Amino acid sequence: MNAIDTPVNTKIVARSEEASDIFTLTLQFTEDQKQGYTFFPGQFNMLYLFGVGEVPISILSHGDGDTLYAHTIRRVGRVTQGMSLLQVGDHIGLRGPFGRGWPLPLAQGKDVLIITGGLGCAPSVSIIHHILKHRVAFGRLFILQGVKHSDDLIFQKQYQQWAALPNVQVALAADSSKPNWPGHTGLITELLEQINLDINNTLCMMCGPEGMMRASVQRLTQLNFPEDAIYLSLERNMECAVGHCGHCQFGGDFICKEGPVFPYPQVKALLNKKGF
Amino acid sequence: MPYFLAYEQFNDLITALTALGYRCLGPQVEDGSIVFDDLSDATQLPWGMRDQQKPGYYRLQKSELNEAFAWANGPQAIKPLLFKPKESLWRVERDEKGAFTFKETLPEHKPIALIGARACDLAAMAIQDKTLLQGQYVDPHYRWHREHLLVIAVNCSYSGGNCFCVSTQTGPKATSGYDLALTEVQNGFVVEIGSDKGLSLIESLHCVEASATKTAQAEERSNHAANMQTKRMPKDNSRALRDILMNNLDHPRWQEVAERCLSCGNCTAVCPTCFCHHQTEYPTVDGNGSVHAREWDSCFTEGHSAIHGQVVRDTTEKRYKQWLTHKLGTWWDQFDTSGCVGCGRCVTWCPVGIDLTEEMAAIAGEFNTKEKTS
Repeated sequence: MNAIDTPVNTKIVARSEEASDIFTLTLQFTEDQKQGYTFFPGQFNMLYLFGVGEVPISILSHGDGDTLYAHTIRRVGRVTQGMSLLQVGDHIGLRGPFGRGWPLPLAQGKDVLIITGGLGCAPSVSIIHHILKHRVAFGRLFILQGVKHSDDLIFQKQYQQWAALPNVQVALAADSSKPNWPGHTGLITELLEQINLDINNTLCMMCGPEGMMRASVQRLTQLNFPEDAIYLSLERNMECAVGHCGHCQFGGDFICKEGPVFPYPQVKALLNKKGF
Repeated sequence: MPYFLAYEQFNDLITALTALGYRCLGPQVEDGSIVFDDLSDATQLPWGMRDQQKPGYYRLQKSELNEAFAWANGPQAIKPLLFKPKESLWRVERDEKGAFTFKETLPEHKPIALIGARACDLAAMAIQDKTLLQGQYVDPHYRWHREHLLVIAVNCSYSGGNCFCVSTQTGPKATSGYDLALTEVQNGFVVEIGSDKGLSLIESLHCVEASATKTAQAEERSNHAANMQTKRMPKDNSRALRDILMNNLDHPRWQEVAERCLSCGNCTAVCPTCFCHHQTEYPTVDGNGSVHAREWDSCFTEGHSAIHGQVVRDTTEKRYKQWLTHKLGTWWDQFDTSGCVGCGRCVTWCPVGIDLTEEMAAIAGEFNTKEKTS
């Protein structure tokens, strides 16, 4: 029972603070509405704050058989400010899931390279969860995350847990860092030197600020990484999530419907053009 | 075989529609332009009125012809009846435990019979059908209005100064999408049937078959309207415009047009195919309910492209570029058609008279008038 036109009621069952302005809400459908909700990693929900409005938020869970749906949210606008005040037991409306998710079937049997920046790591958590749950179906997993300042890193514990797993390599970069930062101080693209990429057998998925994704694509292509093995998740204003309201248009694509995950060649032409 | 509806029978048509339960809308003069409003008598029609249209200019004048439809168009098309300027989507109630009950709010009103839609308006309706009905997701509100609309089109016998539907192949004669299509001739209308509903309606009025003379006259009227048009869209509005636009995103003309454009959004408000809307919230005063609604938006506003503290299209140049590349270009990617139907409204109602055919011509290196086509 996916809710497309009208939201359904959910309850907050867990809440955690990731940073001063970032929090995670775990939602559960109320009894009468939980049957049959399915989603793919990389898809998003429209979360509704009572009396205020909706925002598009990626789903962090792994996608199969979940009954709890985690959403990591940055407090930036009216709706997310209000949501940050909600507590366990409060309710949130949910429409979804929407969009085209990560190309996990294409990644089967291959190494997976995840490059994320800022809060872009949130949409990638669902892929990581999925890969770890179906570990034998995938090759090596590289997780590269960049932040502006080392203090901005969220999910620190999870990165440590992932780094300890076999065939998983985690590399972190901060443009500027405080003492004892265990990661690299510098650009995220420099992390690509730290890993032993098999360029012909890797699928790359990236999410984060567009400047960071452009720079990462540029570095990857310099390394002869095939363009069609790069997927990226884009973000624009989204209000309806079904390709009707027009805000998220990116040339001929509606990011809410044809995206948010795109093969790089599909969006290459406009990614460097200002105003799209 | 077409029928003939005499002027004296026009009120019978209104009466029949009303008896069938329709709210009847037709063209009338209001505030200096022709708009659709409730129609209960044929005398309300804009008899003898003719519109003068130029870029940034619309004036009504009394013409010598005492005909009801001797004008081209007004600022509205069918769009405001189907994709409404404001529409409630759903409402939510909050119970004492804080849990929500959501309910879709579908419209509840009489079906509408619209008299006087033009061929370009029907072409635009077919395009909005693609956007809101024929994709992966169906818009339930648009569908409701669409299923509760009867269209009596009136073919143009005159073209305004900004009309270019011949070039866009969307007029001046309606070819589909209507229940009845009228062409005004001497003392009445030649009527073509577009649907079973239209047929039973015309049969109930006991109309006679149109004579060969009347039919020929109707055809002559349509040809006259077509021949009046001097404006054209470069490449006749074909798919070729898509690549021309997308290959010229750095053309100096964007900067030049941005210096004239006020970024007011009039063009998007009168465009019969523009579909952008934003969603907004109307909480009830008792704090226990809220209505979630949508309202027309425009790609010329700052909010249209705003995401957490950043505006993707922060200049008029970027906004005009988005509007034109979408309307004439990437619309093809989305809906396998141009988003322009040649109605000329965006040209007429632009306060500074920006003409999209002229902008397109500057970028395509072609002329936008029929006299000079290369």
